[in-house]
Amino acid sequence: MFASCADPETLSGLNWLACYLTTGKHLAFYGAFGTVLLLLAVTAPVALLFGFGGAVAARSRIAPLSWLGRSYIAVVRGVPDIAFFLFFVIALDQGIEWLRHKAKCPDWDQPIRQGNDFIVCAEAKMPLSTSAQWVHEVYGFWLAVFTFALVFGAFAANVLFGAMRAVPRAQIETAEAYGMTRAQVFRRVLVPQMWVYALPGLSNLWMVLIKASPLLFLLGVEDIVYWARELGSTKTPQFTAYPHGDWRMWYFLFLLVFYLGFTRISEIVLDRIMLRLSHGRETLANHARTGPIGMNKAGPP
Amino acid sequence: MKTLILTTAALALSAGAALAESHSQTVRLGTEGAYPPYNFLNDAGEVDGFEREVGDELCARAELTCEWVTNDWDSIIPNLVSGNYDTIIAGMSITDERDEVIDFTQNYFPPAASAYAAPSEDVDLEGGVISAQATTIQAGHVADSGAALLEFATPDEAVAAVRNGEADAVFADKDFLAPIVEASGGELMFVGDDVPLGDGIGVGLRESDGELRDKLDAAIQSMKDDGSLNELILKWFGENANTFE
Repeated sequence: MFASCADPETLSGLNWLACYLTTGKHLAFYGAFGTVLLLLAVTAPVALLFGFGGAVAARSRIAPLSWLGRSYIAVVRGVPDIAFFLFFVIALDQGIEWLRHKAKCPDWDQPIRQGNDFIVCAEAKMPLSTSAQWVHEVYGFWLAVFTFALVFGAFAANVLFGAMRAVPRAQIETAEAYGMTRAQVFRRVLVPQMWVYALPGLSNLWMVLIKASPLLFLLGVEDIVYWARELGSTKTPQFTAYPHGDWRMWYFLFLLVFYLGFTRISEIVLDRIMLRLSHGRETLANHARTGPIGMNKAGPP
Repeated sequence: MKTLILTTAALALSAGAALAESHSQTVRLGTEGAYPPYNFLNDAGEVDGFEREVGDELCARAELTCEWVTNDWDSIIPNLVSGNYDTIIAGMSITDERDEVIDFTQNYFPPAASAYAAPSEDVDLEGGVISAQATTIQAGHVADSGAALLEFATPDEAVAAVRNGEADAVFADKDFLAPIVEASGGELMFVGDDVPLGDGIGVGLRESDGELRDKLDAAIQSMKDDGSLNELILKWFGENANTFE
């Protein structure tokens, strides 16, 4: 990075540290923070979408759709995350390749499963083995986003399902009395009002999602925990210009500060959103502060 | 005459096509990146070490385009058989158990000795607690020896366990331990006798990949024949390293 870093053995103190902290490996470590933040930024809305879809399906009057939604919630919530990440991702990847194989190589005569091996024609590989390393990394990243979204979507679906039921029956009945259709009631009354009931559950999920990001390495994405372990491990002078002892504790301490800081910021932001959502609404929090809304608005309209 | 020209043209065309094919084939080389001097990530974050040089040379000789990929040791075989990369070049000893699941080329590193490293001479290697990297031949040996086996995901953590007193000794490849023992300044030392394990280190491949295996086998043989493989072994493992005859 710096010109003075050419010969690290002559350096000491801060100069050495400045050079050490700007090696290519460390830059990859800093980049991994970006990967994790990007994963969270993409996964959260996608998981919410999955959750919304799951909740709506589970509430559906059409029985098969309702079964589908309920079994999605039940099955994904019940399977341990780590098993899901190990099994599902490989299955998903092989499923995609199998479909591409069927489409692209119809006259392939060998079996796809040969003993332990999973073999598809070269054109069906996903991504193609000729593509650059970054393509593989981007593909791995999207597999990770999809898997995270699917897992957390099931939990979000359960939260939203509960929140939809928590909206007071009186609100729905009033809307129906005004002559709104089911869809209108859903869109105008149920969905806007359910968020305040869903938010505590969803904010919990967000916290768990932040902490689940180290599972990324199971999916082949080099995340911050992988790099902290790699960078912190003992380095002998033969193989690096910056030998040091076991520094994992310092790297993990840094991660601890990062995760604590990040969850603290999240808490503050979520509290603000909660305050906003419960504005002028009869919730327990507002009830204590201003009294029930009914009392403020007494009298004919 | 006309047929002659046609034949030459056809030959030239097919040769060209064959050449293009061999160069368009990209082989992805899977490694661990945490096992110096075999393979490790250098300060720039790239794969480096003995196997990096061997792998690059094999690819050049076999006329393949190669790409290095790092993967956790624990899942290195499952990811090979499901096709995420095409070879394992990660200091993997050829053993019968592994040979049932994947295929190996001939060895590019002769059978190596494994050794115990401990903080003091008087550790009980048969009855004490010995750390080793999980799913390695060393872990298998410790389990058979009667000592209590403590397994870790990376070799570095296995060494760290001895430093912090969790284990009495670490059992690992001697070539991996040697630089660590040397750099520890007397904190760690080799104890007991060296144990020869495995049939040497080979390139791991899917069992169905016979063609690639033949290419790499031939390339390894040519490196053995002209002595370039021995040069690399001496360069990375020191003057006293075992070389091929």
